[in-house]
Amino acid sequence: MTPRILIAASLFGLALPALALAATTGEVPPVEGMPQLAFGHPEQGRFLVANVVWLFILFGLLYVLMSTYALPRVASVLEERRARIEADLEQAQAAKQRADAALAEHQAATAKARADAQAAIATATQQAQAETTAREEALNARLAAQIDAAEQRIAASRDAAMGALKTVAADAAEALVARLTGGADRAAVERAVGAELAARGQA
Amino acid sequence: MAAEGKAIDALSQFELAPVLGVVGNSVGFSQSNAHMLLAIVLITALMVYGMARRAIIPGRLQALAESAYEFVDGLVTEQVGEEGKRFFPFVFSLFMFVLFGNLLGLLPYAFTFTSHIAVTFGLAFIVFVLITVVALAIHGTKFFGYFFPEGAPIWLAPIIVPVEIVSYLSRPISLSIRLFANMVAGHVMLKVFATFILLIGGLGVIGPFVAVLPLAINVALVGFELLVAFLQAYVFAILTCIYLHDAVHLH
Repeated sequence: MTPRILIAASLFGLALPALALAATTGEVPPVEGMPQLAFGHPEQGRFLVANVVWLFILFGLLYVLMSTYALPRVASVLEERRARIEADLEQAQAAKQRADAALAEHQAATAKARADAQAAIATATQQAQAETTAREEALNARLAAQIDAAEQRIAASRDAAMGALKTVAADAAEALVARLTGGADRAAVERAVGAELAARGQA
Repeated sequence: MAAEGKAIDALSQFELAPVLGVVGNSVGFSQSNAHMLLAIVLITALMVYGMARRAIIPGRLQALAESAYEFVDGLVTEQVGEEGKRFFPFVFSLFMFVLFGNLLGLLPYAFTFTSHIAVTFGLAFIVFVLITVVALAIHGTKFFGYFFPEGAPIWLAPIIVPVEIVSYLSRPISLSIRLFANMVAGHVMLKVFATFILLIGGLGVIGPFVAVLPLAINVALVGFELLVAFLQAYVFAILTCIYLHDAVHLH
């Protein structure tokens, strides 16, 4: 039905009461009591019965119109809207899930990068420490070697000096003895000097 | 017309008169039926024209049509349950028919077809036949157990069974008289106070000033009748749903 037909029909329906006023007849006797119960009245009684018959016909028409035509359309529109809303909600949920997944991925990547960086730093630190330690050890070893060599040289020099001191002391002692006594036994002097040096702890 | 012969003529507004001239007269098509037809046209227009755009976001008319649909749908689902879905078109037609009948009757010059006991009883009779047929179809002879509640002492049966049968049979009567009486009372009141306006208004100089009182009452009554129109349609529909629930579930 187009809207124009519906409007025309409504206007027609609105005009009906006016028609009713025009069609009222005056020959029948007046209605006693409630017109709704005047089943015995020649005119009213007829219309009351017809009213019910028309009620059944018209209500049946309304029921058929509603059940076969009008209500299924409303139901389909409501169903369409429900489906649309549900689909939108689902879409939103899916989008949220994607966003959550992306966020989780991003967080995982960040965490991994941080861990990698920390590991690299740790490795570098360790390497640096190991190198430092090795270099220190090498330096220590070289220094120790140099100290050893120096000590050996010192010892050698001292021994040499001690040896020279013994000879000089023996020479001096021999010269003293020779001046005092006129003659000196070189071997005896050397023994005496050696004993004296040993006694002083300088041999 | 109202203030002519008798002082107050509140009942002639309910008289039936044929419309559509000779044809209407010969088939007994009165102004009452014309208003039924008008109600049907308006309901169908609301539900079809209102939903024509099938909009996801409804306009005013579509929102109205959808509210009516969802209101009755909620009523049926709440009262009868999921099995009630197949009675939904019937309850919807009933509710809208009564509602539009009540509301149309409030318009000037319009006729209230729900003010006729024959019409309201006709509708109640349809409901009564429906609930009885549904109950018999679903429960068969077990339906007659409805008249004797389980667990009641057997010696009470002579009292309970007649009471239950009478209360069951009185359903269409109470259903129809409630709507009929409400509509008649409202329209008689409106007519009586409207007549007062005319009678008092004609009393000399101060008459028109005093006539404001019944006019004010009538204004209030129209608002009240609007409420009654909705309420009685709702009551008719919800009682139908309750009866359908009894028919489907037997208590």
